[in-house]
Order: sequence, then structure tokens, then C-alpha cells
Amino acid sequence: MLFRRPFKPLDGGGYRVKLGAPERAAVRDLCVELRALVVANDAAAARLFPPAFRDDEEASAAFDELVRDDLEAQRVAAFDTVEATLEADVLDEEQAAAWCGALNDARLVLGERLGVTEELYENGIPREDPRARELAFYAWLTWLQGELVEALSSRL
Amino acid sequence: MHNAGVSSQTIEAPLRTEESEQWESPVEDRPWVVIVWNDPVNLMTYVTFVFQKLFGYAKPKAEKLMWQVHAEGKAAVSTGTRERAEADVARLHAHGLWATMQQD
Repeated sequence: MLFRRPFKPLDGGGYRVKLGAPERAAVRDLCVELRALVVANDAAAARLFPPAFRDDEEASAAFDELVRDDLEAQRVAAFDTVEATLEADVLDEEQAAAWCGALNDARLVLGERLGVTEELYENGIPREDPRARELAFYAWLTWLQGELVEALSSRL
Repeated sequence: MHNAGVSSQTIEAPLRTEESEQWESPVEDRPWVVIVWNDPVNLMTYVTFVFQKLFGYAKPKAEKLMWQVHAEGKAAVSTGTRERAEADVARLHAHGLWATMQQD
């Protein structure tokens, strides 16, 4: 089969994972990077903690104060779950949700850094674009997360 | 009464009686609205999935809201008390959506 499905819902619950070692290693690497950015409160991870009020910095800061620790802990727990299940053949619902969250976080952080737009892929990426390699990785993440969302959505 | 930990099926605007319309509601009584803004990264299927998962919306409603975000740049996804709006914004942020809250 030319195009295998990386996540397949199983009849008895859970999802079969079909990913090669290099793909799993890429997922591990992004978890390691994301955890470091989140724990260090790095500006590169700012997109993961957006302001809660549109034109009120003070209220947004107060909200951030209120929820930040919890949101950080949730994200770190998800990265931990993904790392603990990197070699798994089957993910349960909670583990699959953690994978989906980590892949989305990775796309948000990378998309922000690369200045991704909705029109980006309409004209293709010129080979000489300095972002070409990272954009290819971003496109792979997009495919992978899209497959997982489709699998998860089939259970709702 | 809010129940932030449990997703509820529908969100209804507060009922207004004719009598109460004669008065300006005190600021603290006006409902809070949670807005989700368009962004170029979140997948349309993912946004639909999150609306279904967090708010218990049926797929058609979740898709309609997602298309509204995509086409109009934003959509109101829930309404209620300030506490409820805060909880919903936090849950949306945990899922990577770009959400804000405002008082109507």
C-alpha cells in the first residue's frame, strides 16, 4: 500500500499506530523541544498561551497568572505520555489525545516561527526558500495530526 | 450555576422578562461570551473536533462554528458567567485554539 494510515481505530477501542523508527524519533524530538520551551517560559512557546482578553493586557496577565501553571502542567503531562508511548503499537483514548495535543503544539510553535499563512501551500514552496526543510517537516506534522484527528473524530 | 468540569449540551442565553428589560442590567449580570479567532495553523477538522469534545456540540453545529471562524475570522462558541467563560477559554487554550472572552 502506497499510503498507509498511521493511526487506525481498533474495534475493541484504542488506535493501532503504524510509524517507522525515524518517524517516532521525530515525535520524541519535538516533545523534548516543546517541553524545554514550555518549562523555560520561552517566547517561542508564547502561541501556546495566548492572551484571554483582546484589548486588555492587565486582565490577560491576571488570567495568565491564574491558569498558567495548570496549562503548563497539562502540556508537560501530555509530552510525558507521548514519550512513554513512543514505541507503542496501540494507544488508548487518553494517550492518543496526548499525541494529538503534542502534534498540534508542535505545529503552532513551528508555524509561528515560520510565519505560516493559510495561502502558504497554494503556490508550492520554492526549493530555494530558506524555510524549505522546516516547512516540509511542518507539512509532515500536518498530515500526521490530520490522520490522528480523523481517527479520534470517528469515536465521537 | 456553572459546571466548568463537565461539557454541557447547549448554551442558552439568559431569559429576559419584559420587566427586566426596563432596566439596564448591572455590568456584572451581563453574560460573558467566548470567542474563537481564526489562525492559519489549526486544522479545520481539529477545530471541529475540539468544539465537539469540549462543548458536547453535535458535529453539524461544531462544523458550522468552525466554518464561521474560518470565513468570518471569529465565532462566539459559548456564553455564560465569567467563571464559565474563564474555564472555557482555559480549556480552548489547552487545546491550542486562539480564544478570548468579552462581556456582551
